[in-house]
Amino acid sequence: MSMKTLRGLLLLALTVALTGCHTVLMSPSGDVARQQRDLIITSFVLMLLIVVPVIVATLVFAWRYRESNHKAHYDPNWDHSTIVELMIWSAPLLIIIALGAITWVSTHKLDPYRPLDRIAPGRVMPVDAKPLEVDVVALDWKWLFIYPEQNLAVVNEMAAPVDRPVRFKLTASTVMNSFFIPALAGQIYAMPGMQTTLQAVINRPGDYWGMSANYSGAGFSYMNFTFHGMSEDDFAKWVAQAKSHGDTLDQASYATLEAPSQRNPVRYYGSVAPGLYQSILNRCVQPGPSCMNMLRVPEPSGGGEASASSDSHAAMPMAHPQ
Amino acid sequence: MSDMTMTVGGGSGAQEALNFHVAEDHHPENATLLGFWLYLMSDCLIFACLFATYGVLGREYAGGPSAQQVLELPIVAVNTTLLLLSSITYGFAVLEMQHNRRGPMMAWLIVTWLLGAGFITLELTEFTHLVSIGAGPGRSAFLSSFFTLVGTHGLHVTSGLIWMIVLLVQVGKKGLIPANKRRLMCLSMFWHFLDVVWVGVFSFVYLMGVLA
Amino acid sequence: MTEHSPDLAKLIFGRLSLDDIPYHEPILIFTFIGVAIGAIVVLGAITYYRKWGYLWSEWFTSVDHKKIGIMYIVLALIMLLRGFADALMMRGQQAVAFGAHEGYLPASHYDQIFTAHGTIMIFFVAMPFITGLINFVMPLQIGSRDVAFPFLNNFSFWMTVSGALLVMASLFIGVFARTGWLAYPPLSELPASPDSGVDYWIWGLQIAGVGTTLSGINMIATIVKMRAPGMTMMKMPIFTWTALLANVLIVAAFPVLTATLALLALDRYAGTHFFTNDLGGNYMMYINLIWVWGHPEVYILVLPAFGVYSEVTSTFSRKRLFGYASMVYATVVIAVLSYLVWLHHFFTMGSGASVNSFFGITTMIISIPTGAKIFNWMFTMYRGRIVYDVAMLWVVAFIVTFVIGGMTGVLLAVPPADFELHNSLFLIAHFHNVIIGGVLFGMFAGVNYWFPKAFGFRLDPFWGKVSFWFWVVGFYFAFMPLYLLGLMGVTRRLRHFDDASLQIWFQLAAFGAILILLGIAAMIVQFAVSILHREKLRDSTGDPWHGRTLEWSTSSPPPPYNFAFTPQVHDIDAWWQMKQHNWRRPVQGFLPIHMPKNTGTGVYLAVLSFIFGFAMVWYMWLIAAISFVALLAVAIHHTFNYDRDYYIPADEVGRVEAVRAGA
Repeated sequence: MSMKTLRGLLLLALTVALTGCHTVLMSPSGDVARQQRDLIITSFVLMLLIVVPVIVATLVFAWRYRESNHKAHYDPNWDHSTIVELMIWSAPLLIIIALGAITWVSTHKLDPYRPLDRIAPGRVMPVDAKPLEVDVVALDWKWLFIYPEQNLAVVNEMAAPVDRPVRFKLTASTVMNSFFIPALAGQIYAMPGMQTTLQAVINRPGDYWGMSANYSGAGFSYMNFTFHGMSEDDFAKWVAQAKSHGDTLDQASYATLEAPSQRNPVRYYGSVAPGLYQSILNRCVQPGPSCMNMLRVPEPSGGGEASASSDSHAAMPMAHPQ
Repeated sequence: MSDMTMTVGGGSGAQEALNFHVAEDHHPENATLLGFWLYLMSDCLIFACLFATYGVLGREYAGGPSAQQVLELPIVAVNTTLLLLSSITYGFAVLEMQHNRRGPMMAWLIVTWLLGAGFITLELTEFTHLVSIGAGPGRSAFLSSFFTLVGTHGLHVTSGLIWMIVLLVQVGKKGLIPANKRRLMCLSMFWHFLDVVWVGVFSFVYLMGVLA
Repeated sequence: MTEHSPDLAKLIFGRLSLDDIPYHEPILIFTFIGVAIGAIVVLGAITYYRKWGYLWSEWFTSVDHKKIGIMYIVLALIMLLRGFADALMMRGQQAVAFGAHEGYLPASHYDQIFTAHGTIMIFFVAMPFITGLINFVMPLQIGSRDVAFPFLNNFSFWMTVSGALLVMASLFIGVFARTGWLAYPPLSELPASPDSGVDYWIWGLQIAGVGTTLSGINMIATIVKMRAPGMTMMKMPIFTWTALLANVLIVAAFPVLTATLALLALDRYAGTHFFTNDLGGNYMMYINLIWVWGHPEVYILVLPAFGVYSEVTSTFSRKRLFGYASMVYATVVIAVLSYLVWLHHFFTMGSGASVNSFFGITTMIISIPTGAKIFNWMFTMYRGRIVYDVAMLWVVAFIVTFVIGGMTGVLLAVPPADFELHNSLFLIAHFHNVIIGGVLFGMFAGVNYWFPKAFGFRLDPFWGKVSFWFWVVGFYFAFMPLYLLGLMGVTRRLRHFDDASLQIWFQLAAFGAILILLGIAAMIVQFAVSILHREKLRDSTGDPWHGRTLEWSTSSPPPPYNFAFTPQVHDIDAWWQMKQHNWRRPVQGFLPIHMPKNTGTGVYLAVLSFIFGFAMVWYMWLIAAISFVALLAVAIHHTFNYDRDYYIPADEVGRVEAVRAGA
């Protein structure tokens, strides 16, 4: 009957799968993304162990026990078999036990809050390695990257030296966005009045594509930027070149920048007013009722759901910043 | 297979004779009380969400007044007494209903109504006072969740009061017929349910708020 | 005329003005003209053939669960056309908007379309579909004469229609939400979304939600209290089991949605601070609450579909369902677990690793009972004699498709993998994979299966198969490329792309959407052809598929009272056993049958709710207040009507039964 079409579909699926091997998620350039890729493949293969037999058996049964095939055994009252029942519950159970164990370990290992312990496969993090700090602010509708060490801010472009860990701290101005550089590492939400963290490292020089992965309004489609993986020298040059632009990012220029706009070109600010990121995070750039640390009664944090999160960073994700 | 159903009595002698339909009049049980109970459970979930919301936001004073500053236990104590008493008087009304004494039943219902109305009046007084001192629901997340939780309960009590009037009229017109008794039982469940919710509001919002 | 007139206009029209009519948007104008012409033709035809009275007294005011069920499904099919039109427009935009080409939809329009598509497909297609099917089938399966609360049933239906109409009204008056179908704050709060869009969304769902919750209560009470004698819980047909658990989930989940929407509405209308950025609000609470409803919702949709597959597989394999008890337990386990997984929708919001892995693992555990169910269907086919009517074709397509969707779902439940795939087109492909492959295929199987019960004639199998093949092949073309695009790091809800190398995949997906369009067209043709050839397709037995459960024991379409005599049940496959014992419908000894009367109150209440919702959207406070008071008045007035039932006399029952026996 339909076997030919089904075979065609399977062939199509195979082509798609092969093309899939060359996608950015399947061939990433950062160590975290690489580990996530390996995890996707492992889980996928583990599940195929049960999924492929199920699909094949379904099609075989569907064909073999068709009405016109009188050679097939017909047993209209066969509705129970303890052995079969045991098997159909335990087979998925075994797979899920394996996958559950992998999940528990990998989730803790690849927790975006956890400092990296290696730079690349087989390369342990040097003891003295100091991560590059980048404060990220999702604005309507562009990305602002503040480099506190370098005293530098850039709109819609960022760079990091190869093999040096980067620690992102993220927040947003008005609505939720998700910060995602597929070649580098998985995404994390950037949310107003909250701070999230992401640890990552890029292993290959190159220009990578970054974006917002959470719909945030009219200009969402253009909220893209380029992420440059660079050698230490090139990074120093990039910083120097960026700092050569005289503009300062202070309260006034931030207010202008913050106003909703789309398709913003790359822009450099050679210096940043001290504490600007903290005031953005606390919604205090413009003094007023939104300013959170002014309003906060000093008390143990309320926190919702997630103050239950693990102790290493209990205060970070969900509670308001102090 | 249809021909099988049309064949009368062919070859079924070996099987025991089973009866496949009920020849007499069959009436399923009335499901009203179960249905109303299910409704109450769904309502209970709405309150659960509001309690949870209060649990999350109840300390977010945003520079505005705190629970200790604005909540006054004495008024609430009176209020709680009124509502608890009204549950008892509703209980008396139900007892009278079971003895088919319409007059006393209605009298107890009116007492219940007055107690409920007293509760609402006091609650509205409290709300007006809070708004007048600048502690309205828009002041802070704490006050938003406070007004919403307490106000939702108040709205329920108000609907209960309206329902009570409707039932008084209906019992007055039709007497204690089974349909009206069923409705009185539903309202009874509703009223006691509101009492239970209020006990939660009283302890969780007022006591814990003021004593914390 | 006077200086007061602006105030008066504001009092009556609120913030609604002529500018809110989108006469400058050609797409909407053409849509409006199309809808208007369609409406005029339909309404004109009804008037010309003098069918208003018939529709009003036989359908709109009917409290008969069968008619209400059919009306729900008609609503679902109509809304499917709207939701699918949205899908086509999105596919069209994404297939062309590359590089310098901006596509044909501006952001203001495109963002409404994907929001409306999601909202409509879940709330006004999938939900009415399952509620309709449960309404029609379940009381027949348990040998009952109606549901526990027939008037409430009618009211629930019209509230769903009212909500749907409110969402549709946003097409031509004002705008719909531009927030995504779950309207996450802060985006859905006033500062970011000041116009009518989110309010349409809130009130449309709130009104329909009342109907859904009440219908859930009604169905639970029906199943608990009104089963035929002898039908213990473990002898209930499996579809009834899934219906029971789906409705338990409805009653336990929809109040959460109601509360969440109410809080969002308070933020927008009363200036509270539940989910705002400022003054202590916490929008992450909204995201938790909405998914505490949202995840069980998925199982509300898919469980009844599982029930359909079980019935269809067993019937068309000519065999008892394999592992009935394990099917029941699996369904219960799924229902319970569905409340323990909600956080997997936002692993990326920054919870800690332990929280994330807990919710990831609970999610995976759901795949165990689900997997067991799939094996059970497989082993039902095993040693059967499978007849490939259209309904059974859908089952085979379902198993293959759903297994793929389930696999990608478990993959997304691994938190570090989700960090890569969250919000990507991979996710979009996954949930369309399970909702189309799981829910919609099941609904189509159900329609083909129970249609002859509802109308007394079968659906045309040729066009059914045409539709089936277009749908299934179209589905794979439309969504397999999306999996791939997800692996390329492409996010959902994008209106425009820079990378031209992606275009071919979007074009492939658009091609798939066109195949699905042909599938829908073939389905419409199938209905038309079947109605034309109804005499040829007529089934006079009431049991065209050699069914196993009680709904097939009565004639088709069933008489208003369903069963002249309440069945006595001894086995899970009650009707099968009755046939084994050569039971036949009695021809004498009839008794008068107690039945509920029709009423128009449900329609009146729903119309008033619509007016209330519309007035609230546009800040027409006066009209809102009046319609709310009217709503209360009509409801109270209804309670003064004690004369709600009547008896069908015994000789009338005898006459009806004689006609059907002779047919």
